[in-house]
Amino acid sequence: MLSRTADHLFWMSRYVERAENLARLLDVTWQMSMVPQSLEAANQNWYAVIVLNSLEETFARKYSEVNADNVLRFMVSDPDNPASLYSCLRLGRENAHAVRGTITAEMWETLNSTWLELRAQSYEQLTANGPGDFFEWVKIKSSLIRGVTIGTMLQDEAYHFIRLGTLLERADNTARILDVKYHVLKPKGEEGTSDFYQWGALLRSVSAFEVYRKTYRAVINPERVAELLILQPDMPRSLLFCLKGVVKNLELVANDQSGETLRRAGQLYCEIRYVRIEDILEHGLHEYLTDFMDRIYDLGNGISRDFLVPVATPIAEAA
Amino acid sequence: MAYYYNEMYDADGSVRPHYRRYAEWLDTTSPERIARKRAEGDLAFRRVGITFAVYGEEAGKERLIPFDIIPRIIPAAEWSDMAAGLRQRVKALNAFLHDIYHDQEILEAGHIPAEQVLNNGQYRPEMKGVEVPGQIYAHIAGVDVVRAGAGEFYVLEDNLRVPSGVSYMIEDRKMMMRLFPELFARHKVAPVQHYPDLLLDNLRAVAPVGVSDPTCVVLTPGAYNSAYFEHTFLAQQMGVELVEGRDLFVKDDTVYMRTTQGPKRVDVIYRRVDDDFLDPEAFRPDSMIGVPGLLRACKAGRVTLANAIGTGVADDKSIYPYVPEMIRFYLGEEPILNNVPTYMCRKPGDLDYVLAHLPELVVKEVHGAGGYGMLVGPAATRDEIEHFRKLLKARPEGYIAQPTLALSNCPTFVERGIAPRHLDLRPFVLSGNGIQMVPGGLTRVALREGSLVVNSSQGGGTKDTWVLED
Repeated sequence: MLSRTADHLFWMSRYVERAENLARLLDVTWQMSMVPQSLEAANQNWYAVIVLNSLEETFARKYSEVNADNVLRFMVSDPDNPASLYSCLRLGRENAHAVRGTITAEMWETLNSTWLELRAQSYEQLTANGPGDFFEWVKIKSSLIRGVTIGTMLQDEAYHFIRLGTLLERADNTARILDVKYHVLKPKGEEGTSDFYQWGALLRSVSAFEVYRKTYRAVINPERVAELLILQPDMPRSLLFCLKGVVKNLELVANDQSGETLRRAGQLYCEIRYVRIEDILEHGLHEYLTDFMDRIYDLGNGISRDFLVPVATPIAEAA
Repeated sequence: MAYYYNEMYDADGSVRPHYRRYAEWLDTTSPERIARKRAEGDLAFRRVGITFAVYGEEAGKERLIPFDIIPRIIPAAEWSDMAAGLRQRVKALNAFLHDIYHDQEILEAGHIPAEQVLNNGQYRPEMKGVEVPGQIYAHIAGVDVVRAGAGEFYVLEDNLRVPSGVSYMIEDRKMMMRLFPELFARHKVAPVQHYPDLLLDNLRAVAPVGVSDPTCVVLTPGAYNSAYFEHTFLAQQMGVELVEGRDLFVKDDTVYMRTTQGPKRVDVIYRRVDDDFLDPEAFRPDSMIGVPGLLRACKAGRVTLANAIGTGVADDKSIYPYVPEMIRFYLGEEPILNNVPTYMCRKPGDLDYVLAHLPELVVKEVHGAGGYGMLVGPAATRDEIEHFRKLLKARPEGYIAQPTLALSNCPTFVERGIAPRHLDLRPFVLSGNGIQMVPGGLTRVALREGSLVVNSSQGGGTKDTWVLED
């Protein structure tokens, strides 16, 4: 397959996954903001979304004040914000457009109509029933795109690059959501009633509330939440699950020069596979997640170098 | 009031024999059903994204080409005459291209003024003496044919560079079959959907010497090109890679594409990029969509470009008047299809005539395409005519003029019911493995009342084209 085609497929799925996870993050922030708290604390939670995406400067250029409305506008429908839902879905669709001959007609139509529907509406129209409904719409569309992909695509190289993009992006995003929320929530000794709702919202944001109940059959406790999102092998949004898929798909597309990237992915996978949550927490969750995200970033670069945009043009007598 | 040949009705207003069954169907089908089907067609085209970008409009904006559900029907006998004429013409044009890049016999013989060819901006001296497989230069030709006067066919222009529109021909047929399957039970309509197979067959036939199982690709300028949909479509239908310039590189005069499994050799490139942008090493150095070294690879015979570099000189409007001469010179035959009488404004006598008759003539830029930069005298305002008068006086060699043809028309759905609209036909002629084409072509229709300009960039639409088998 053309390297550029693989690149577009990889980024198409990354942007769609990113949109979904951003919707999840915004949704959990929105849910948490409804629990009684000071205005200052609430705004801090909103600002965390900006910080998480390293958008402090871009945001400050447009808005002088941090509040729910400004952050939502900025993250939902601002075309100048490269990380907004608007931009993610636009870029997902643009990448799909560039390879529409490679994806199935159903995939293209789903992505294209999602984008057209989004583009046709203003922020006010999108959030007319409250932002929650809109985030739900984004999640459903993303699920639809993923479902159509799985349901219609030949499971060839193109499919593996799509899955690779989805899982790598999701690993990063789950780590981010956990990092930012754990930060805000981790109580210093005291346990308030609000915590149940806050942790519940976090779990729901990654569709893991019921999973938590099923797995632990116990009250919600921060360590268990971290364990679930990092180490649970069968939960589709856990870091372990994502890494397993990354390794598997990397093996399927392997070429002459991808050995090192595969080794690094395998190493990261094994570390997560056998680490204990107590060790992570003792080491410091934030440090652990930061290191994890760096290594995911490194894997992304490795995949780019090995498959997507080969910088040099090594010809090993290809003909 | 000029007489226009109507494709469906004869001069007495009775339905022509080959349209009879269709007319019956149209009479007996309820307007509601037709309206519903037309809306369904629009929706389907939009959903699938069969669109094209229009230059000069907001970047990235895509527009639907209107599709009309009344087909343009051509009886088999008429088509076989036209097809013979097209074969003859394309054969002569390829012979001409080979000649002017080799011995230049036609120039020696004085049939065409040498400077007309050699000083033409589209003539590529780089191709002089280069051997191309099968001596074929124009593998894909989109010859625009119109019917005028009492019903005779004229060739309006030979598009030998990167003619587009064939995807609409196929999509129009698919749509027609989807909306009105019953019509195809009543008519024996010659199929056209195998065009990509024919194309691939012809591309494979012109592979470089010694390559038995060639890798073919389609080269596109990119997703923002107006015909990008078609590039995608053809690559997908042929099952070959759709590449951009940056996907290819040349090493040791051999073209490779960058793949996830390393470099892979490319043998035949169906390129939809103009000569000027093809190779920054040889042509425009600022081209971002080309492949450095492509010309070298081509000259070394390591890759075949379809169409070859330098075909533009043969479809140039200043060379067009000589095509009948080419047919006589190379084939020793009389042309089957008519040429439109053409005034070459570079000749003082012709220029005087043109300036004196501007309101009756169509004036075209010699290097223009897509219906941009032309004057349709009878439909022009006084200001437009005066504007062209200045242009002509300033740079007469840049223009040709032709009598305004009374283009035939065909009933077409418009805002208020059905009304006649002018049309043309672009058959696609493939050379490589002999000369092949699918019956018919793309019918373009000018949707504005009275308009003679059918280009989609000027608000034209399309119709399905039926060649009826006997």
